[in-house]
Amino acid sequence: MAESTAAVNSGMLSRLGNWLQARWQSIITAIPLFWLLLFFLAPFFIVLKISVAESLIASPPFSSLFEWGEGLLPSVSVTAENYSYLWEDDLYVRTYLSSLKIASISTLLCLLVGYPIAYAISRADGAMRYILLFLVILPFWTSFLLRVYAWMGLLADQGTFNNLLMWLGVIEKPIRLLYTQFAVYVGIVYSYLPFMILPLYANMEKLDNSMQEAAADLGARPAAGFFTVTLPLTAPGILAGCLLVFIPATGEFVIPDLLGGGNVLMIGRVLYGEFNSNHDWPVASAVAIALLIVLVLPMMLYHRVQARNAEQNT
Amino acid sequence: MTGKRSRFLLTMLCFGMAFLYIPIILMMIYSFNYSKLVPVWGGFSTRWYTTLFQSEEVWAATSLSLKIAVMNATFAVMLGTLAGLALARIHRFRGRTLFTGMISAPLVMPEVITGLSLLLLFITLNQMIGWPASRGITTITIAHITFSMAYVAIIIQSRLAGTGQDLEEAALDLGAKPFRVLWDITLPQLAPGMVAGWLLSFTLSLDDLVIASFVTGPGATTLPMLIYSRIRLGLRPDINALATIIILVVTIGVLLAGWIMLRQQKQLANRQ
Repeated sequence: MAESTAAVNSGMLSRLGNWLQARWQSIITAIPLFWLLLFFLAPFFIVLKISVAESLIASPPFSSLFEWGEGLLPSVSVTAENYSYLWEDDLYVRTYLSSLKIASISTLLCLLVGYPIAYAISRADGAMRYILLFLVILPFWTSFLLRVYAWMGLLADQGTFNNLLMWLGVIEKPIRLLYTQFAVYVGIVYSYLPFMILPLYANMEKLDNSMQEAAADLGARPAAGFFTVTLPLTAPGILAGCLLVFIPATGEFVIPDLLGGGNVLMIGRVLYGEFNSNHDWPVASAVAIALLIVLVLPMMLYHRVQARNAEQNT
Repeated sequence: MTGKRSRFLLTMLCFGMAFLYIPIILMMIYSFNYSKLVPVWGGFSTRWYTTLFQSEEVWAATSLSLKIAVMNATFAVMLGTLAGLALARIHRFRGRTLFTGMISAPLVMPEVITGLSLLLLFITLNQMIGWPASRGITTITIAHITFSMAYVAIIIQSRLAGTGQDLEEAALDLGAKPFRVLWDITLPQLAPGMVAGWLLSFTLSLDDLVIASFVTGPGATTLPMLIYSRIRLGLRPDINALATIIILVVTIGVLLAGWIMLRQQKQLANRQ
């Protein structure tokens, strides 16, 4: 009796084994796909749903979307109030515009600082190249929050910069550096610089010098050679780096909060405040959806750049 | 002419490295400042380290963060490796476009959006099926796995793209079953990528403030949340001390990991 059960079991096991073997591809894909659908995609639909709900003083603080009435069909209550509130309130529109402006200028500054550094690294030889690359990556591994904090120490009224400038006699009284737009720009460029340098480096590493040399041999001045040969060849790296900086910088919370204080309008900080201080979840959700709409084009562009780079590697 | 250009590049390089490192180094120096006012030098002292080690809050937050980081890294490597395999080796399956999109999006998604959306998911799930009953270590770990696995998937995918499929095909031709090939051939090739992915996931989790702040519940304060609540109101010498310790540990860890990987690569190269 026991033997026959065991035989049936092992038969089933081997059948299960065969079934698994035949479907290994589906299994490998299904597990991460399921995880991402549940914890990455589904949440956006919930945010979308709550953004069209009415806010209530309750827990959770929003009206439910579906009411199972007497009929078979649920009655749906949708309101665009939260969105019209965003549109009509001057503060939100100004905040979105200000976030986009700060993110664009910081991205440009990152590019201006990062491009020559990436180029210099890609032209360094042997061990030096790896040491420099390591030095660029290392801050990325250490805490983001602490690197922003480090700038609070530099920029404070009695911070290092003010002390240095006063010691040099450039200024007599401390100037306001912390809690200004300037501090936010510095913070973003500082924190996101590795994200600009790495894709640029990856792109420049593959370039060979012969094109630039050919241009020089044909009599192109260095500047002309740079703008007509090097710059176009590194365009994919520039695009990838700029998007990697611009998209997260637009929604940045920590940097405007710690370095900008209340003086710099950025949408990530407004969203956080709307949620944590005002407990207005529907408005916070509408702010998030509006931010996603603003960022959807750059995100799709980034996705295409990524896909193209992945293809080129295979 | 080239001399001028390389001088410019060298200047930019030095400027860039100074820009990256001077703030960190100054922060570390001021952790040894006796004065309570961070930027005013009051003599050398290690009193802030003593304060730090005596703080139970700091220990509790550190241990919570480490627990989350280890669980996150382990699960993220498992899920991310599967995702990377799917992306690099299975060229056609239903939902592939959606899948690649969901892998590349978390890398650039603003944290406030990810945090808000996951919190709302957890609340909705709680209302529908009663899980998660409370928010804290589990919800933070799930949130971290979701973005960490995307990083792991990309590391694994690029590693697989760089290695040929010859060995795998040969094994399949010789009659090995797919799982056997995966276990004996593909996974050992991926081991360095998985180690790198684990370390990256571990540090990403230790580093996260925004997403954890959204999905946490009462009582669960991670280390970044503790640091943030203290530095919001200004400079704190004990945080300088904490920063110094964290940065030193991370630097040693990265150097060690890099050295081990380099040695393994050399051994592999010698064998071939």
